[in-house]
Amino acid sequence: MIRVDTFATDSFGDYDLRPGKPLPFGATLVPGGVNFSVYSSHAKYCELVLFNKHEFEPFAVIPFPDSYRIGNVFTMVVFDLDFESIEYGFRMDGPFNFQEGHWFNKEKFLMDPYAKACGGRDIWGVEPDWSNPYQFRSRIIMDDFDWEGDKPLEIPMRDLIIYEMHVRGFTKHASAKVKYPGTFAAMREKIPYLKELGINCAELMPIYEFDEFENSRISEASGERLMNYWGYSTVGFFAPKAGYAASGKYSMQVDEVKTLVKELHKSGIEVILDVVFNHTAEGNEKGPYISFRGIDNKTYYMLTPEGYYFNFSGCGNTLNCNNPVVRSMILDCLRYWASEYHIDGFRFDLATILGRNQDGSPMHNPPLLETLAFDPVLGKVKLIAEAWDAGGLYQVGSFPSWGRWAEWNGKYRDNVRKFIKGETGQVAGLVQSIQGSPDLYDSYYRGTCASINFVTCHDGFTLMDLVSYDGKHNEANGEGNSDGSNDNDSWNCGWEGETDDHYVNRLREKQIKNALSILLISHGVPMILSGDEFGNTQYGNNNAYCQDNEISWLDWDQLKKNIEIFNFVKRVVAFRKAHTILKSRDYAIDDRPGESGYPEISWHGTKAWQADFSADSRCIAVMFCGKSLSNTEKDDLIYIAINSHWEAHEFELLGLPAGLSWHVFANTDMPSPEDIFDLGDEKLLAIQSAITVGARSLVILKAK
Amino acid sequence: MESLMTIELAGNILNVTLGGKLDAVRAPELMEELKKMSGQKLEKIIFYTAELEYISSAGLRAIIFAKQKIGLDSEIFFVGAQEAVLDVINMSGLDNFLTILDKV
Repeated sequence: MIRVDTFATDSFGDYDLRPGKPLPFGATLVPGGVNFSVYSSHAKYCELVLFNKHEFEPFAVIPFPDSYRIGNVFTMVVFDLDFESIEYGFRMDGPFNFQEGHWFNKEKFLMDPYAKACGGRDIWGVEPDWSNPYQFRSRIIMDDFDWEGDKPLEIPMRDLIIYEMHVRGFTKHASAKVKYPGTFAAMREKIPYLKELGINCAELMPIYEFDEFENSRISEASGERLMNYWGYSTVGFFAPKAGYAASGKYSMQVDEVKTLVKELHKSGIEVILDVVFNHTAEGNEKGPYISFRGIDNKTYYMLTPEGYYFNFSGCGNTLNCNNPVVRSMILDCLRYWASEYHIDGFRFDLATILGRNQDGSPMHNPPLLETLAFDPVLGKVKLIAEAWDAGGLYQVGSFPSWGRWAEWNGKYRDNVRKFIKGETGQVAGLVQSIQGSPDLYDSYYRGTCASINFVTCHDGFTLMDLVSYDGKHNEANGEGNSDGSNDNDSWNCGWEGETDDHYVNRLREKQIKNALSILLISHGVPMILSGDEFGNTQYGNNNAYCQDNEISWLDWDQLKKNIEIFNFVKRVVAFRKAHTILKSRDYAIDDRPGESGYPEISWHGTKAWQADFSADSRCIAVMFCGKSLSNTEKDDLIYIAINSHWEAHEFELLGLPAGLSWHVFANTDMPSPEDIFDLGDEKLLAIQSAITVGARSLVILKAK
Repeated sequence: MESLMTIELAGNILNVTLGGKLDAVRAPELMEELKKMSGQKLEKIIFYTAELEYISSAGLRAIIFAKQKIGLDSEIFFVGAQEAVLDVINMSGLDNFLTILDKV
């Protein structure tokens, strides 16, 4: 069956053309040619610029005939293009009027916002030719892929254990011993490690194409070249970063990412992408033309009445997320990744910007967030918001959610850090945090799964550094240590930085175990920063966004050195997975009241039933009781006592129903191998009436 | 760069020799030739790739096509492949149905 619309109807120079279809946007392979489609509310003219890959100058420029235009969409089919060997872009013309917000410039080369792959940064760190006016080119990809029956895993939110990772940093260090360091392909080699650790969700820091050379400079302090290493500055929303792909130089990054997702899924690990819709890499008035500025500045950016760029992101511009056109672009983008890459969820950077109106004011019912919450293609993806921005809009606990959005719970982080540090007056906060923060997230209407619990993330100290440094040490960033947060709630355990002192190092290991234990027994959804499970350090740098070197690359030699911590963490992960009562309640399916007469959650102090909330109290204990999905015959009873005081305390234990006795699963005061046991090998407590919890320690007990 | 391609059926073994480039320009031709084999019960499909200097996304898909369309129950071999070609296959991960050999 040959379609009647697969032959040329016109020509321009050597090129055969016909009217294109507006949908889908971007470049699509059609029989005999490529369908190009790009929209702009205000452009008057658009031309297609074609290159052979890597060549400096274009080989053809073809105007979009106005007779082909549908509405505000420029579209055409160009025949006989070798789609694998070409790159393309656009040039548009229209008004230039600063106050009106129009920045059309017919000289400027523009990347297709819907480019499925980008050319120009094929290999990480290879210095581009700065004289080239065509820095970022769009490429055409084959979107077919053999998924072998894969689909998004749809792991219930409450079962998730999230692991935040940086694609390059995860395997770039020589100690990672992988074939293609710093790439998607290398991550596949580490899947057995991820399985051993037991996490079931990899949250990848930005993988959309970005420019690692943005703001690149030589650090005055260290002499090193600083890069845009974290990537929170999007160039191509529909394109995976070529420089993160081993096969990027062969333009196979799309396949490489899809293969990674497929392999992670086979191992029961979901993939969440960290996405940055709050701003673009085009910066402020002084920034470059990459794409949106020249395609439709007024539509895509939040502008002041005078025509300047609002800067709620702290990065120069703010994407105009609740403009209907931009909303559609964002929806198209997320639908694309969810359906074409089988992505399981998205974490939105500086997400409160997505709830701002076109004039910057916060909205009660932001159309964009509502659209994403109810879209059918996104119907089962995880939606996670970093519920603050750089413009002062802080919405932790109040992010417009429609019951779908979860939030990074910054209060959880602060409560746990302050408690384990030994600060006074922290018991009440910790109690809320361990229960899934019902003070922030109504346990019925939002559910405690709205709380993404974390103690560390890419912003700030690693966990080892949280317990090794009182203050930040970002001198290598070349900003006089003025960048990065000062509110770290960290404590160096007696010495600033690295030390041979055995006592200090033991205490640091203990504090790490304490922090991750609390994280993994709390209701809500835990997130672990990659490397924390083996004490990875950034040498006190709490803002390593620009450090493409040993500071931020994971040092896998630490895994050997800190194997005790790793063995501890993986067992606590397994413990959480085995006990439903440690996870958030799912009102739809849970019916788990226990028979032993104890409430689902109860709080205790050194005396049973008497939690001490006074300012000087540094002791708290929680008991979880109920039926686990895996064990419906008897009650699961788990008791955790946490002591952040510098002296040991005895905790009175609750009496148990006949046939059950308290067993120790973990005790952070004990050295390995007595610090934790395998599931099923918990050790019977000789004395059942009380347990001494050592200084700055916690114990996890299970009734058997 | 000469792009040679020969296909020869020897009993129930299909021998395909590839040289030069296998990309979006050459891949459709390979797929057309492979289509002619559909219906044959093949024990093996052997791609002789010592002279193959370059394989692209489209080229790999022609190989996957061979597996899916005519070789579902066959073993697929890549023999004598150059390092650049092996690299592409390993990195992209499109290799889990291939057996890579230095020689037969």
